[in-house]
Amino acid sequence: MQLLFESLFNGVAIGSVLLMAALGLAIVFGLMGVINLAHGELIMLGAYTTYVVQLIFKLPALQPLYNCYVLVAIPLAFVVSGVVGILLERTVIRRLYGSPLETLLATWGVSLILQQFVRSVPMAYAAGLILALVSGFGLPLLLPSGWFAGARARLIRLGSWAFSAFLGVCLAGGLASQIDRIARADARNVDVTAPQWMRGGLEMADMTFPVPRLVIIVMTVMAVVGVSWFLNRSVWGMRIRAVTQNRSMSDCLGIPTETVDVLTFGIGSGLAGVAGVAVSLLGSVGPNVGGSYIVGCFMVVVLGGVGNLYGTVLASFAIGVLTDLIGAGRLLSVWPDMPAPLASAVEFFATTSMAQVMVFALIVVFLQFRPAGLFPQKGRMVEA
Amino acid sequence: MTTLLEIRGLNTYYGESHILRDVDLTVKAGEMVCLIGRNGVGKTTLLKSLIGLLRPRRGELVFNGAGLDRQPPHSRARAGIGYVPQGREIIPQLTVEENLKLGMEALPGGLARHRRIDPFVYELFPILQEFLPRKGGDLSGGQQQQLAIARALLGRPKLLLLDEPTEGIQPNIVQDIEAAVRRIISETGIGVLLVEQHLHFVRQADRYYAMQRGGIVASGPTSELSQAVVDQFLTV
Repeated sequence: MQLLFESLFNGVAIGSVLLMAALGLAIVFGLMGVINLAHGELIMLGAYTTYVVQLIFKLPALQPLYNCYVLVAIPLAFVVSGVVGILLERTVIRRLYGSPLETLLATWGVSLILQQFVRSVPMAYAAGLILALVSGFGLPLLLPSGWFAGARARLIRLGSWAFSAFLGVCLAGGLASQIDRIARADARNVDVTAPQWMRGGLEMADMTFPVPRLVIIVMTVMAVVGVSWFLNRSVWGMRIRAVTQNRSMSDCLGIPTETVDVLTFGIGSGLAGVAGVAVSLLGSVGPNVGGSYIVGCFMVVVLGGVGNLYGTVLASFAIGVLTDLIGAGRLLSVWPDMPAPLASAVEFFATTSMAQVMVFALIVVFLQFRPAGLFPQKGRMVEA
Repeated sequence: MTTLLEIRGLNTYYGESHILRDVDLTVKAGEMVCLIGRNGVGKTTLLKSLIGLLRPRRGELVFNGAGLDRQPPHSRARAGIGYVPQGREIIPQLTVEENLKLGMEALPGGLARHRRIDPFVYELFPILQEFLPRKGGDLSGGQQQQLAIARALLGRPKLLLLDEPTEGIQPNIVQDIEAAVRRIISETGIGVLLVEQHLHFVRQADRYYAMQRGGIVASGPTSELSQAVVDQFLTV
């Protein structure tokens, strides 16, 4: 009984990290059909954001609030990855809608650029750059739109960008002078230290639940609930669903499709950033951290059925439980006297990486029989 | 009556093939204008050029006193052009209710300001109220057509573009649709530009334009629509 619970908990914990990472992709790839290979790097940016936020909270002035840095890191990571995602959409992906192969190549290139970026640019300057971008894109939305009519529009736009650049330089300079560790470029992996309350485990009914895992499960549940509320209940969610199902008709009905694209991509990318916070709580953060998640993310989305949020949820938990089942060699403890050849096979796969190999192989086999995943889109899709 | 839509010298191409050749056409408020012609003469292309799905290469579009120029479809919808395309184009995985609400995107402020579906559409098409929670894609062709018209009307358009609304639909629903379109015009005074093959429906219109090979070759009040013209331009 206890074994079952422990196994289930581990499975859910593994699955929820996967789900958190795949949620953004379920929107970007599942709904918009964009194959974004830079999704893993957006997760990586979220993880680095957590790292920087954590260092900022170590400053003497903010030291008393150190325990709640995660709460600040989550929205910040969302914004950072979201803005980078929007930039990516506006500059690269927008030009490649409808050509998946080119999108795949281009976004792979972007992922390499982003990896090299965090290696060669000091975090302090990167933070300044991001702030400048956020403010540069954000200011025109906040200022009264009347300012942008007429001849002065260009001047005001230029002014707002100059102001944004100034803000960015200030932040970069300030951070670099205060925190040594992010003043220089560093290609090594970094570690995010969890706040006091997140260390250790929670004792319940003879079992220990590690707190970071619990936090990630809670984060995932909240993210899934939030995303499903947003997509199914909010006005923008309805616009997104309409545009993804019939772009030209949605346009004819009065939906600003380009704005919808930007928003959808921004939210998908932002969720990758939040996943980055979760990832940083589990292990060390490096430029390549995204690569270890991207394959899993695509697997989850495809296995769940492209365009189906609930399929994504179920698929990630299924993969999580399976990984734990195989990776921890659970079968051996359930059935201790299994025949020797079988036992050695089970043992062979009882490591994290071999379990992943096994799970992916199983998914490939599964997709041979159900190419559209667990929950294919059904219903009379109309001859129209 | 004020002129709602004026098209002057419109030329549209699909790639290199010249589809519309120097089309001139006007629609006045409160008027139903019917566009007739055999398959492939450019009727649908003309409507698509009006809503903005296709970019005309030359020519002028003046709607409600303002040029449409290079505006994208969503600004044209917000300016007051309602579009009911051939094949209905209902959003399949959205419910009937959500599809109707999308029609209100064309109102000022869009969906964020307008939450309630105006019940006049249920008066026109009672079936829609019964089917509110169903998926749009699960409706029959005739029901989808009613939904598409209701959706366009909820945006309170000044001009309604109807592309073959009775194509492939059972006769009793054709009558409902005809009656609804007539009622909308008399009650709201909007203009309607209709592409139609169904002779009975064509006769309801005030004026007709006949197209051949991408150009307008005949026009006039439908009361003067002679049998010879009908035989030449309608596939019956």
